[in-house]
Amino acid sequence: MSALELLRGLLLGVPLALVGVDLARGRPALRIAAVPAAAIVGVALTATLPPGTLGYLVSFALMASIYAVMSLGLNVQWGYTGLFNVGVAAFFAVGAFVTALVTTTPPTGPMAAFSQQAFGLGAPFLVGVIAAGLVSGAVAWLVGRPTLRLRDDYLAIATIGIAEVVRLIFQNERWLANGPQPLRGIPQPLDCLVADGGCGWLPGFVNAWLAPLTPRDYPYVYLAVAAALLMVVLTLLERMTESPWGRVLRAVREEESSARMNGKDTAAFKLEAFVVGAVVMGIGGALYAHYMASIDYSHFDPLYATFLIWVMLMLGGSGNNRGAILGAFVIWAVWTGTASLADSFRPALAAISPDLPSRSPYLRFLFVSILFLAILRFRPQGLFGERRRS
Amino acid sequence: VRARTATLLAGLPAPNRWGLPLLGTALLALLVTASIVNGVGADRLLSLAVRGVMLGGILALGAIGLSLIFGVMNLPHFAHGELMTVGAYLALLLATLLPDGPPLAPFSFSATFLFAVALVAPAVGLLSYLLDRGVYRPLRQRGSAPIYLAMSSLAIAFGLRALVYLGWGADFRFFYPGRPRPAFELLPGIRVRPDQLFILGLAFVLIVAVYLLLERTKMGKAMRATADNPELARVAGIDVERVVLFTWMIGGGLAGIGGAMYGLDAQLRPEMGWWLLLPLFASVILGTIGNPYGALAGGLIIGVTWQVSSAFLNPAYGPAVAFVLMILVLLVRPEGLFGVRGRRA
Repeated sequence: MSALELLRGLLLGVPLALVGVDLARGRPALRIAAVPAAAIVGVALTATLPPGTLGYLVSFALMASIYAVMSLGLNVQWGYTGLFNVGVAAFFAVGAFVTALVTTTPPTGPMAAFSQQAFGLGAPFLVGVIAAGLVSGAVAWLVGRPTLRLRDDYLAIATIGIAEVVRLIFQNERWLANGPQPLRGIPQPLDCLVADGGCGWLPGFVNAWLAPLTPRDYPYVYLAVAAALLMVVLTLLERMTESPWGRVLRAVREEESSARMNGKDTAAFKLEAFVVGAVVMGIGGALYAHYMASIDYSHFDPLYATFLIWVMLMLGGSGNNRGAILGAFVIWAVWTGTASLADSFRPALAAISPDLPSRSPYLRFLFVSILFLAILRFRPQGLFGERRRS
Repeated sequence: VRARTATLLAGLPAPNRWGLPLLGTALLALLVTASIVNGVGADRLLSLAVRGVMLGGILALGAIGLSLIFGVMNLPHFAHGELMTVGAYLALLLATLLPDGPPLAPFSFSATFLFAVALVAPAVGLLSYLLDRGVYRPLRQRGSAPIYLAMSSLAIAFGLRALVYLGWGADFRFFYPGRPRPAFELLPGIRVRPDQLFILGLAFVLIVAVYLLLERTKMGKAMRATADNPELARVAGIDVERVVLFTWMIGGGLAGIGGAMYGLDAQLRPEMGWWLLLPLFASVILGTIGNPYGALAGGLIIGVTWQVSSAFLNPAYGPAVAFVLMILVLLVRPEGLFGVRGRRA
């Protein structure tokens, strides 16, 4: 086995170790054992799987992890508090564009004529992620404040509105984030690990050891980053939802009037849950932006950036954080898997009409819609309903 | 004119005495001020206002049904915009399948198109009723929380749009591609296209028909009663399932025609319904949920504001203008212009 395969395997071990540590919670000995086990599994995977398959799996896990963050954010709003947010795309987009503006530097020289942006702070990745969460939460506060004290449907309608408005702004305002053109050059965290010169802050022998990695291996690095952030979000949310605060949210969801009778300011709790969920969604958007490196308004279509996340959460299980993550992985697998399935329908479609084969991707839209209807009808609690509490 | 406006307002059920005139005046003042500041001429403003009334008519065709459905079934019907899309594309399908005659000058369409539009209404009405039987009714009977029905309508919205994409692709379509649609001067300085006057006229006729149906027929009264208070209607012995059938037929039919009219005025796009959904909901909330006349007033207010604001704002922001109006109403009068304070809001 080559040094490159070993390095890839060890990088792959990071997300595996995180999963292992989470699965073995409550058993300290097993948790410690999970780390070396994950490294061994990672190296074994790289040694046995063909490189193409492995690369596909890594990029799959990456997008699924980003969607899992979004699904966790929605779970705080819908799963725990019963808030119907149809504008996930708004917070997704705000998070992505905010981190892009915070971490890039504004173009200079001839590039400035092609690419415009309101500002560019050139801040580090983590600053961008935190700013994305904060601004997204602020937007949620602005939307939630006037609508959350009214009947439930108004929030849904208002969130559709904010998603459309955010999309229109990023589509039309050239000065803000390069209008309809993509905003390019979003920095990728830790990309020096795979660059030629290595990282300046690492000792020379580490850089020499990392030298076999090329920029093509960057997804392995970013998967470790994304998985780590996902675990941080999960841990914080688990703490919050298990706390008395989370208990009030569930009370608001189950019977708002009785929660109010017990002296809880339910409108305030709903607003808090809405904002917390939006902060998480903003972080998800930031993760997405740094992965894509180039974003534009069309990425935040209501289908990809709202509806798919709803299907993920409803399938995985509302009110169950790990279910929300699993739902993201399953639905992303279904979504990417049905791409080839839809392709296999092409000959049949060509027999009906010559125009149809090029439209076969839309079969997936139809399929996911029907899947969502089936979940609502036959298993509204999802695969893993909420854990029963004594 | 003032006397006529007064009788019109008097005919509206339970109007809020100050809400509508106050909001109308404030909006008008704001729009006119903004136009003067931006140096927009009066003739341009008037042309835009005429176009706004036409757009308001189209919005009202969607919003009346949306408001009735919201009231009767307690369902914010997120697929209503897609019913408009389906109506537009069904009209396109029929207009291309049926033999086409010469255009009815000065309009751009032929008698075939009128026939197609006449078929679209019952077809979309039936489609929406079938969706109710297949999706919403089982959920209602199972006692699912209303929010699950709203989510289902969201799924139906995406599903219907996928079907339109499959059938016609993502590109723009026109009913009569390449046919010139010249505008003429209605009054000095006010230019409109004949098609737009037709749309306005048709919307007016349909709205009068709905008015007569709601006021003069037993079913219409039952519908209004159910939309106003479903529990009370049930107790009073109204056959709610029959009311549901009529609500879908009327709401779906109006939406289908509204979509076809939008396609005639602008163009057909698979996303057009989603794009109209926000202005539709804004119209419904502005005019109080469950009140079809309020939806008409809301549609006109939103339509005129949308068009006139385009004198000094990128026209792409039309739905955003509707959204801002809606949020303002939610902040000041969440029960809408025709609502009773403190009830159902």
